[in-house]
Amino acid sequence: MIPEAVTIEKIYQWLEEVKDPEIPVLSLVDLGVITNVFIEEKVKIEMTPTFVGCPAIDYMKNDIIDTLRKHGQEAEVEVTFRKPWSSDLISEKGKIALKKYGLAPPPDRKLFTDLEILENAECPRCNQTNTELKNPFGPTLCRAIYYCNDCKEAFEQFKPV
Amino acid sequence: MNHEAIKELLYKMADDQLILGHRNSEWTGFGPLLEEDIAFSSMAQDKIGHSLALYTILHELGEQDPDTIAFTRNADQFHNTVFTELPNAEYDFSLIRHFLYDTSEALRFEILSQSSFEPLAQLAIKVRGELRYHTMHANTWIKQLGSATEESISKLQKSLEYALPYALGLFEPSLYESKLINEKVFEGEKALEEKWKKKVEEVIAQTQLQLPNWKTLTPHYGGRIGKHSEHLQPLLDEMSEVLRIDPTAEW
Repeated sequence: MIPEAVTIEKIYQWLEEVKDPEIPVLSLVDLGVITNVFIEEKVKIEMTPTFVGCPAIDYMKNDIIDTLRKHGQEAEVEVTFRKPWSSDLISEKGKIALKKYGLAPPPDRKLFTDLEILENAECPRCNQTNTELKNPFGPTLCRAIYYCNDCKEAFEQFKPV
Repeated sequence: MNHEAIKELLYKMADDQLILGHRNSEWTGFGPLLEEDIAFSSMAQDKIGHSLALYTILHELGEQDPDTIAFTRNADQFHNTVFTELPNAEYDFSLIRHFLYDTSEALRFEILSQSSFEPLAQLAIKVRGELRYHTMHANTWIKQLGSATEESISKLQKSLEYALPYALGLFEPSLYESKLINEKVFEGEKALEEKWKKKVEEVIAQTQLQLPNWKTLTPHYGGRIGKHSEHLQPLLDEMSEVLRIDPTAEW
């Protein structure tokens, strides 16, 4: 039995507490990996990984179940590619949080038809684009490594995909 | 829809990804420079993740669970090309293989994003975006090193000539080509091969490397039907070592 008070909004509110394990300032909702919430006989949540090979997906799935359980709510979580993740699904709030955390947020995917545009990401410290792509691969699958020629410091970008 | 045909397609794709993913991971800690160490390690993680997603679709079609499929088969039950199992050798060969393989993989998933087999089409739409980073990485290095010094050009040229017959083995036709084409699951290996050759020509033309005449090359077939080189079994033994020592271990 689902208590009457449980609504989809409430579930989303609770899911705000579940953070990306590698970027603890970003909730899974702001990351855009929660693709559907249903309340039928049970609460069902659909989620999708940022990258197919993301090793954190099982951890996130369990974290969702544990967090909702703390609120007295059992839930089933399904990982699916029905609605594939793209970096455009990161919310505006999420992008601001990423920048504050020191990670350049991904540019709008529509802005690049060619990956050439990736050469000059905006530095999250000085907001300038006098930067160089050092490696499209970084410490996690979803990050690339850049160097800011003005700050003389390396920084990471959440990759547009 | 013909499940045997789809399974054959999924197995060969997944096995290629798993085996090349494992080979890429052998660069972890040994890359010629730190950035390349990270790049090959990341691509290994992507490829093994892609193989898991493909094995999961196979499991949904009634095959065993992904770990059992990945870790308990013998070499002659694998459908990867011999190309993906060849040892890494030196960086020039690994780079050429990465370029030739990932070009084919990106095109294969691009085609499959239109597949009538829905689970594969959904996965392909996701994977093709990720692969842009792999092909960008490969193309950047091939263009740079393919036009840099006499040594880098001659090393890549030698590896290119050695790798090409094996790379053509990626397009070994299966028994199910016409079924897959008719049911609009996949355009077929022949169509993919033609697209791949065009793309390879386009990138190599921007370097000082020379492509041999395609007609002079004999594709190295056999991997798709379980005929492998002596290099696959030792790789599988290493990959499944923990599982064989302790089947209940979690890692």
